[in-house]
Amino acid sequence: MSEQHVQSVLHSAPGSGAELLEELGMVLYVGAALIFVVVMGLLLHAVFSRRLRASARAWVIGGGIVFPAVTLFVLLTYSLAVGSAVSALNSGTALQLLLNCFGIDSNARIPPPLPGTLRINVVGKQWWWEVRYRAADGELRNVPLANELRIPVDEPVELMVSSGDVIHSFWVPSLAGKVDMIPGRTNRLVVRTSEPGIYRGQCAEYCGGQHALMALYVVAEPRERFYDWLRNQAQPARAPTDPFLRSGYDAFMQGRCPECHTVRGTPAEGTSGPDLTHIGGRHSLAAGVLKNHIGTMAGWIAGSQDVKPGNLMPDSEIHTGSQLRALAAWLESLE
Amino acid sequence: MSVTARIAIGWLYLVLCGCMAPEGYEPHVPEGDPRQGREVLAELECGVCHVIPGVPGARGRVGPALADYKRNVYIAGRYPNDPDILTRFVRDAPSMSPDTAMPAIEMSEAQARDIAAYLYSL
Ligand code: HEC
Ligand code: HEC
Ligand SMILES: [Cu+2]
Repeated sequence: MSEQHVQSVLHSAPGSGAELLEELGMVLYVGAALIFVVVMGLLLHAVFSRRLRASARAWVIGGGIVFPAVTLFVLLTYSLAVGSAVSALNSGTALQLLLNCFGIDSNARIPPPLPGTLRINVVGKQWWWEVRYRAADGELRNVPLANELRIPVDEPVELMVSSGDVIHSFWVPSLAGKVDMIPGRTNRLVVRTSEPGIYRGQCAEYCGGQHALMALYVVAEPRERFYDWLRNQAQPARAPTDPFLRSGYDAFMQGRCPECHTVRGTPAEGTSGPDLTHIGGRHSLAAGVLKNHIGTMAGWIAGSQDVKPGNLMPDSEIHTGSQLRALAAWLESLE
Repeated sequence: MSVTARIAIGWLYLVLCGCMAPEGYEPHVPEGDPRQGREVLAELECGVCHVIPGVPGARGRVGPALADYKRNVYIAGRYPNDPDILTRFVRDAPSMSPDTAMPAIEMSEAQARDIAAYLYSL
């Protein structure tokens, strides 16, 4: 397993938008501290110095008007440049960005896909993430997944974020700033990193009882590995041959699970819960809450209401212990 | 201090010692490290199914609470509460209790020993 990065704006990934934001933040903090120190120095000087030789007029015009005007102008230009670099990572002028800020440029609302860019739709739901890959070529055109993103390194990836119920916010601090997920509207975010690894993110807008347990992992991988993974994700689940796994499959199909979950390649086509076609290959369960192994899987199925009280999956009605283990084993085998 | 106070304190001391005296047999896991065991329990998230005192977030109710485990008479209601048997059960419950809901979770022998040591320390 690749390296897991700390979830923090102060640990931005190289080559990411978050790195530019961190630089901007540092310039602001350090600059503000320096100005504060100089002003306090001048104040002490004015209070304690016996011989005041300074011209009041020059100080008011120089320190009160010219200095702030120049500093703020430079900072505004710099922050607009950072803003446009973060939101596009390739194109977009400062003017466009300014218009976007005020909602004037209506074209910016539904931007066309960037040519040759991987586009991923992410829909926030209470309290998980629906993910849909829209890669350019044939079989990879429309791959529905959930609760985990994978991206190739050194490539800008376009995320189109929206919501299926209330307002959520998509935030992976080491990769980019927050972007709200708003019902009836699609926001765009470009992420990029040149360092492979696992980045944690979480919902950053209160969205109900289990908001705090709505997280996800973003796995950045070398391009080849990424496309191997995506091709595998596009495949339907294989039918189990092992009799134990088969009994788990039967428990799934006979229970209520198919009402809410899709396992591509089987009769289960529900959509109110996460797609489970390749659940065994994810790093976490239940939107970043549990690690993913047979124990947590069985525990989640039998007691999801203890793990994440009030979440929209009912506790299961799987009757016997060995059925529960078989079901968990079958889901874990779906990689 | 008056004589009665001294006697009272001495009496209290003896009573408290009596409370803390060992109650006969206490299982002990050779080579198991309870502190390490607590970390393994958290790492493997056994708490999705069990209430385990001292392990953050362990409040599952799929399986029994694992409090005060050294005083249990049987493991899983089937086997004598013996350190070696507990170490085996923790690693591979289904082989010992075929219809159990508790899966065999991948871990090393040493980790299983540490877990058993922690459970007996409760
Ligand atoms: C009423 C709809 C519903 C039913 C029935 C249901 N689920 Fe779910 N399931 C959900 C929802 C919603 C979530 C997401 C919960 C969350 O994380 O907040 C979920 C999450 C999951 C997850 C975690 C997915 C992930 O990406 O981490 C698994 C595994 C799962 N369900 C398995 C099952 C199984 C097995 C059954 C049948 C015993 C079942 N579910 C029945 C709605 C349902
Ligand atoms: C899917 C839920 C589940 C998970 C995960 C789980 N257990 Fe259990 N566990 C159970 C159930 C159910 C029982 C009772 C069934 C039995 O005794 O056979 C049990 C029984 C036990 C017992 C015996 C309790 C007794 O009454 O004697 C111990 C000890 C134990 N588990 C430890 C662990 C440890 C350590 C882990 C993590 C490595 C773990 N369990 C993970 C469900 C689980
Ligand atoms: Cu939220």
